[in-house]
Amino acid sequence: MTVQSVAAGIRRRVLEHTLRNNGGYLSQACSAAEILATLFLRVMQLGPSTAPLIPRPFAGVPSQNNPAALTGAGYNGPRAPDLDRFIFSPVHYALVLYALLIELGRLGPDALERFNTDGSTVELIGAEHSPGHEVTAGSLGQALSQAGGIALARRLRGESGRVWVFMSDGEFQEGQTWEAFAALAHHHIGNLGVYIDANAQQCDGAMADVMTIEPLADRLRAFGAEVHEVDGHDAEALAKPALARENTVIRERHDTAGQQDPTPAAIDRPLVVIARTDTCRGIDLLRERAPKLHYLRFKSPNEQDAYEDLLEHWQDLAS
Amino acid sequence: MIELVTRPHRSNLLRWAAKRSEVLVLGADLTASCEADGFRDQFPERFFSFGMAEQNMLGFAAGLAREGFFPYIHTFSVFITRRPFDQLAMSIAYPNLPVRLIGFLPGLTTPGGVTHQAIDDIALMRALPNMTVLEAGDATEVESMLDAAQAIEGPVYVRQLRGEVPRLFPSEQPLRFGRARLLGSGTDLAVISAGICTEEALSAVAALRSRGVATSHLHVSTLKPFDDPRLLEQIANARYGAITIENHSIIGGLGSALAEQLAEQGIGRRLIRLGLRDTYAHGASKPYLMREYGLDARALVHAAETLIDASLGIDDAVLAEHAAAVRGAAQRETLAKADKTEDL
Repeated sequence: MTVQSVAAGIRRRVLEHTLRNNGGYLSQACSAAEILATLFLRVMQLGPSTAPLIPRPFAGVPSQNNPAALTGAGYNGPRAPDLDRFIFSPVHYALVLYALLIELGRLGPDALERFNTDGSTVELIGAEHSPGHEVTAGSLGQALSQAGGIALARRLRGESGRVWVFMSDGEFQEGQTWEAFAALAHHHIGNLGVYIDANAQQCDGAMADVMTIEPLADRLRAFGAEVHEVDGHDAEALAKPALARENTVIRERHDTAGQQDPTPAAIDRPLVVIARTDTCRGIDLLRERAPKLHYLRFKSPNEQDAYEDLLEHWQDLAS
Repeated sequence: MIELVTRPHRSNLLRWAAKRSEVLVLGADLTASCEADGFRDQFPERFFSFGMAEQNMLGFAAGLAREGFFPYIHTFSVFITRRPFDQLAMSIAYPNLPVRLIGFLPGLTTPGGVTHQAIDDIALMRALPNMTVLEAGDATEVESMLDAAQAIEGPVYVRQLRGEVPRLFPSEQPLRFGRARLLGSGTDLAVISAGICTEEALSAVAALRSRGVATSHLHVSTLKPFDDPRLLEQIANARYGAITIENHSIIGGLGSALAEQLAEQGIGRRLIRLGLRDTYAHGASKPYLMREYGLDARALVHAAETLIDASLGIDDAVLAEHAAAVRGAAQRETLAKADKTEDL
């Protein structure tokens, strides 16, 4: 199983699904396929899924009176001190994550049939009960702070496992994201890494027109993160910054109000990989829709036919 | 005469948290102002400073709570309930995480003005599913809060008091979750008070009784869930009706909660809700504001006269006499000074 084959599988499944439902978050699959595949295949240390191949039905919202409430974290393996954790922030990408989990065999091949159906956990915009999800992040820009709390707790307990967060670039418009980076640096949280799908697109169109976040790398460095900017479709480039950290021993920290090191060592900083991506990668037909790429719904039978044709010839393209 | 306790939360937090290694305190640049400085200095490895960035602090608290820790947020109520409301709802309340939100400066307890006065916090917190809402009315309840909050599975919002706090209830009678305190019974009127308004209600009720008005008085410290049957029993037995008095807007707080229950149970009694009447307030001393906005003993007596439809001849001098029975002149002076020099 390679990053390339899994990424191609993600695109094919999301395209297939978009055709079947006359709508879908297709451009997100195009931009994020290699990032998510690299995280799961090359970067994160995860155990096998502990959740059923057929997604469970919705078991009710969490509450004191509902012990049946569940999260979708089991699809990313068990919780263990030495294993990593995956926190999925831009949950509008849920379809892409489900497609990935199917490609990896963590979800059954028919799981997408339950997508966006009543009573299912395979929701359109994922929440913590959705496969592969651990927190409820649909109000964007909130997951990083929660991941920071998880990483801090793991450090307090002396666990060696790390916390990986997948984010979208649009979330860097939210002030909370910057509050979180300030806190990660201040508290020297180095057991957390962030992969950003920098596809430069958001709901209203090109980010440069809506509200620019650039220069993102410089901004993040100024906030104290270790930042790498890579081609987001190149598995080697994506994995390299994480692998470079893997064997480094995290030194003992005494992270208290009175004893903080003003210049934390590199390992005590959050790791950020800005993955520069193309929202039409692998499906050139999408370029005709630019710059409105956030959600694809076919405008005419002709357009739909063109995408049907693309799917029919997918095997030829992939090989 | 009652006892005044200096910074009861500060010492209680230190004592209570000492042996609970899973308890963490999170601060947002108001650590001493929220009496968490003693904890910070004694247990620096369990105190985390987040600066003026409450949205992120609530997210970190959520993550820590998911991992089995018990984060105790300490900041002003407005900066817990108003500014980061979405984070509170989505990161903490939805997953029912055991984050304890210790909010200071409820209502008019600060001269800091509109930005610092939490007048809508109970309404906002009551509207959040999974949230429990508690309010301290005296030093004994301030000291009860940590035990009460820790016993609850999900998130808890506490309206906490700081500084010089009167002890109205014996220290061996701590707050009991979900139970109002029955301070007296009567079949003419029912007075339901919460928070700092209970001290005002004590002198007003004494004055009413001195005029022959049989008044029952209940003090509420659990605002959600709100299901103590004794509240409705006392009101059903009060021939002229009931008065609520609260340090909050009359929309969404104690008075609203009670009105909902009365209507649902079909108890046809009049209800006068004292509190901020759909208005913001401004920066001034607590006694001044409580008089201006009708949250004091005098306002309560006027409400009683309205329900009874008779003048009781209770003027400020009479009320002052009854207030003196609750609290001495020297204590009033101490409190007035403390209010003016408080740490904002």
